[in-house]
Amino acid sequence: MLKSIRAALAMSVITLTVFDASSAFAAPLKVVASFTIIADFARNVGGDRVSITTIVGPDGDAHVYEPSPADAVAMAKADVVLVNGLHFEGFLQRLVDASATKASIVTLTKGVTPIDFKPEFADADAAEGAGTGGGKTVTDPHAFQSIANARIYVKNIAEAFCAADSDGCVSYQTNAATYTKKLDALEGDVKEAIQSIPEAKRVVITSHDAFGYFEHAYGLTFLAPQGISTDSEPSAADVAKLVEQVKQDKAAAIFVENITNPRLIEQIASETGIKVGGTLYSDALSQPDGPASTYIDMMHNNIRQIKGAILGS
Amino acid sequence: MNTLYGLLIAPFADFAFMQRALFGSLMLSLGACPVGVFLMLRRMSLSGDAMAHAILPGAAAGFLLYGLEILPMTIGGLIAGVIVALGAGAVSRFTIQREDASMAAFYLISLAIGVLMVSIRGSSVDLMHVLFGTVLALNNEALTLIGGIVAVTLVSLVIFWRALVAECLDPLFLRSVSRMGSPVHFIFLGLVVLNLVGGFQALGTLLSVGLMMLPAAAARFWTVRVEPMCVLAVLIGFASCIAGLLLSYHASLPSGPAIILSAGVVYFASILFGSRGILRARIIHHRHRTA
Repeated sequence: MLKSIRAALAMSVITLTVFDASSAFAAPLKVVASFTIIADFARNVGGDRVSITTIVGPDGDAHVYEPSPADAVAMAKADVVLVNGLHFEGFLQRLVDASATKASIVTLTKGVTPIDFKPEFADADAAEGAGTGGGKTVTDPHAFQSIANARIYVKNIAEAFCAADSDGCVSYQTNAATYTKKLDALEGDVKEAIQSIPEAKRVVITSHDAFGYFEHAYGLTFLAPQGISTDSEPSAADVAKLVEQVKQDKAAAIFVENITNPRLIEQIASETGIKVGGTLYSDALSQPDGPASTYIDMMHNNIRQIKGAILGS
Repeated sequence: MNTLYGLLIAPFADFAFMQRALFGSLMLSLGACPVGVFLMLRRMSLSGDAMAHAILPGAAAGFLLYGLEILPMTIGGLIAGVIVALGAGAVSRFTIQREDASMAAFYLISLAIGVLMVSIRGSSVDLMHVLFGTVLALNNEALTLIGGIVAVTLVSLVIFWRALVAECLDPLFLRSVSRMGSPVHFIFLGLVVLNLVGGFQALGTLLSVGLMMLPAAAARFWTVRVEPMCVLAVLIGFASCIAGLLLSYHASLPSGPAIILSAGVVYFASILFGSRGILRARIIHHRHRTA
């Protein structure tokens, strides 16, 4: 088994080197993207010149993904591997090691100003003298939730593609510039939508804390019972605090995300009488026929859901 | 008095989700703890764990086909669990192989099928989060389901009590005096599956085994008679649920592990201080020798 994998890997390296030597132009650049949002960026920058393999597919949770051999094969054959970084993809290092890939691993959050998870619950716990995790800060990896950061991702992708395929550099740069314009327009839409929400009502609840950058950039507060990753199980204290906050009319809407178990959110909603808004997309895009099949659609969908739920309640 | 109220009563009085968590987990203890006592007496304590694994693929299939609906996931889990329990039971009854070996074989096959199904479908939502319910998010459907399971369990236990006790203590004797032996064994395995399925709604599959086995194992250190042992196991289960939920509320700990660890504390205390525990046995033994 191990032998055959090694043989396959060796074969792929051989074939790739042959391709590189003879026809760099004819074969599309093989890009592996760790999850759907990065894949969408890469598609916009690369156009026809790249073929993209996405490891964690639509509606998948990259925090807890278990890679398959097919992923390792794609990784081994890749020219460029695009990853988010900031420990977003827990599985990634193992996969890179296992596949023995020669591709350059490009971390797209390079140049992003990382922010820490807000210690909202940790603070409250420390005040009660009950918390042990108070004061511990962890970097929030969901940088793509701010459109300003998305522009940095796009810039990094264009640079990585240029480095791997210098013939297509002009086309990559042009595509990136076009896409960045679209992102600018998107940012305008989002800011406008937030402006239309009264300041006191800009608080919503989601099932997992993935909107730190969105919050930071656009001034909307997100509360979450589950904390930093979908791995952790909520405690009764967390849920109780959320219920209190909703009852004191501090939160105006509650949302389910596409990648998490909705039971807990539904329970909080039924206890407080707050209405469950639509689905927010945080870490993964939807299926192609869904409401958030591209990054731009995702941001539009999220802001529309948030605005609708807050103003409707 | 006020602080005591704040510590013990207020969390349940103020929050409906805490009431549901308490109600659900207490009901679960009522059914699962006596079943755990019989499992332990039959020396099948580890089969509970194996059965919990066996349930996973069925529940996963239910989820993959119908989404996050309690009924398909429960029925799927039940079917998978019953197949494994009946298969393992049948092999041990009708061939020379013992139950532990056949159980291990069947549950491993079942688990492998489950992993295969999940992988083919591709890991979209992490199934563990779906299959491992949280006691804090019990909705009406889940409570009704647990209630039904508890009712069936208690009624079956009352009806088959004598046969079950005989089957646990001396299966060959029961088979020699009655034809009830094999049916009772299968009914009992059915009850195990039923309670594990109920538990996975509330605590998740693995932790539900904890609520089944730990109170039973702790009760064993206090009495030799089956009836008091069952009652004591249920009481220990109740205490663990209440303590675990309060711990989860006051110390912000995840609720499932908090409940099981509370039961674990009772277990260790029972080992040490139980009337059949280490310390007491030493003292009695010593006296006996000097007399």
